[in-house]
Amino acid sequence: MIKIEKLHKSYPIGKEFIHVLKGIDLHIKEGEFVSIMGSSGSGKSTLLNIVGLLDVHDEGKYYLNGQLIKDLNEKKAAILRNKFLGFVFQSFNLISYKTALENVALPLYYKGVSRKERNEIAMDYLDKVGLKDWANHLPNELSGGQKQRVAIARALVTKPKVVLADEPTGALDSTTTDSVMDLLKDINNEGMTVFVITHEEEVAAQTKRIVRLKDGVIVSDELTKAPKTV
Amino acid sequence: MFDIDRWREIFQSISKNKLRSILSGFTVAFAILLFTLLFGIGNGLQNTFKKEFAGDAINAIYIWSSFTTVAYKGNQIGKKIQFKNDDFKFLKENFSKEIQTISPRIQRIVEVVHKSKKDTYTLRGIYPEYQIQESAEVEEGRFLNLRDIYQKSKVVVIGRLVEDDLFGQLSAVGKQLKIGGIMYQVIGVFSDPGGDNDERFIYTPFTTMQRLYGNTDHLDEFGITYNPNLSIDEAIVFGNKMLRTLKEKHDVSQEDQRAIGLFNNASGNREVTNMMIGLGILIFIIGFGTLIAGVVGISNIMVYVVNERTKELGIRKAVGATPKDIVAMILQEAIFITTISGYFGLILGVGILKVVGPSLKEYFILNPSVSTPVVIGATVTLIIAGVIAGYLPAKRAARIKPVVALSAD
Repeated sequence: MIKIEKLHKSYPIGKEFIHVLKGIDLHIKEGEFVSIMGSSGSGKSTLLNIVGLLDVHDEGKYYLNGQLIKDLNEKKAAILRNKFLGFVFQSFNLISYKTALENVALPLYYKGVSRKERNEIAMDYLDKVGLKDWANHLPNELSGGQKQRVAIARALVTKPKVVLADEPTGALDSTTTDSVMDLLKDINNEGMTVFVITHEEEVAAQTKRIVRLKDGVIVSDELTKAPKTV
Repeated sequence: MFDIDRWREIFQSISKNKLRSILSGFTVAFAILLFTLLFGIGNGLQNTFKKEFAGDAINAIYIWSSFTTVAYKGNQIGKKIQFKNDDFKFLKENFSKEIQTISPRIQRIVEVVHKSKKDTYTLRGIYPEYQIQESAEVEEGRFLNLRDIYQKSKVVVIGRLVEDDLFGQLSAVGKQLKIGGIMYQVIGVFSDPGGDNDERFIYTPFTTMQRLYGNTDHLDEFGITYNPNLSIDEAIVFGNKMLRTLKEKHDVSQEDQRAIGLFNNASGNREVTNMMIGLGILIFIIGFGTLIAGVVGISNIMVYVVNERTKELGIRKAVGATPKDIVAMILQEAIFITTISGYFGLILGVGILKVVGPSLKEYFILNPSVSTPVVIGATVTLIIAGVIAGYLPAKRAARIKPVVALSAD
């Protein structure tokens, strides 16, 4: 599903370049539940942005669903994102003036789904994350955990191949963290590839495979011994 | 292309971000309002000028005769110079190219009686062309025509105020008037932009008057309009040439300033024309300046709007919006807001001019108004400016990497 070979990425800081990713090799198959662990500055968010086509890499090869990602223009990237990828961000990134339902339906709008149909689908997914009753609330009327569940529903609504979650529990307390992780596990159990970035051991422990990143290189890549299933 | 979904997105974005929408709308509405008001007032000033000088045709020349003040070719000082019908013919033949219309004129002060009402007016015997020279407009009935001239009919066309004085609310057309003891039929009523004096004249065929008053071929004056293709300088030269030729014909010294008089509107026109041009330039600068201010305003607002929305645009891109989607959304919103608020400013401006306009008369502002094409042109200019002003930042925003946009606050 995701295949990365010798990936490099640097960022300019003033006149200097900071080499963030120094040759990453990673292969994630369909249906995996992978977490990337690392302290801040290890390059994990950069990796997710590249995998999510939100940023471009400098060197190396990246295959998404068998397709080589190279010289993508913004339009193609947008279409691929819409088709294959669902995002969950640490800061939720919901549009503040849209209701939960409208936020979830937004990717379908850009996919060209009719209004009636996309509202139905969006409602199904809100139901799935347990927020059907909150469909017409604005993000600022929801708790952090609820916002993140709306964001997860939005990530799922286009039936992507991969869900990319960047510190999905970073802004949540432990109880809501568990409920969000349970939700991600459910999704994975239904066959979805889930790719989580975190610096919390408890979060990583709930995934099936942990990749540890340090200073831009992978230092370990192992399956968790007893992945909990619910 | 009409895309109901995109319109929904736009309406939501506008109504949920009221302050932003009102700010950008206000800029445009205010610019158009100012433009309409200033332009309208400028036009009002111009109207005043036009009216002040529109009493007679703008290209009119009048020639009259008097007594000589210089002895010349055996003529003594104090000899009355008398124009006759052959002078009429002479001018018509010699200046056929330069003359647009020419009419001789005889004028008498007469007592006019209708039933119990009686008053004194100026009776003028003229040719139909005289109507053009006075800029008279027929309000009712008809003006004199050539048939009246040939038949020497006893008919009159009376000024609007003559009708008011003698007939009150009733129509004078078809009624009989006793003028200087002779019955005339009223065939028409005219109005004249020249004002009250000009609307108290009574016109009758030149030939009728010549026969009834003295039965000679004498006449008092000539009214002429010069060919409008002549430039002002050419028109002044033409007037001087006529004067010189007439003086020669009547054995009047060229030095004699009194024996034959000539008034040429062209000389006054030069000043008026210059003033109008100056005023026009002023109005143009005012209008242009207001528009520029509006364009700058809407551009600033658009830059601000796009900046403020960077994060939202990043989210939209992350969930699959293409750069084209982003640009189109911002532009459509900009066009919508500028059009609606531009229209609002226009209506408000025109309304204010309508309400306040009449009370500005004493400040030399007459009928302040703007022509629809001018205002629509201004609005379209602002819309285009809004589009360009919105397009550049929108394009930039659409190009920002989503990851950068998402991290914006």
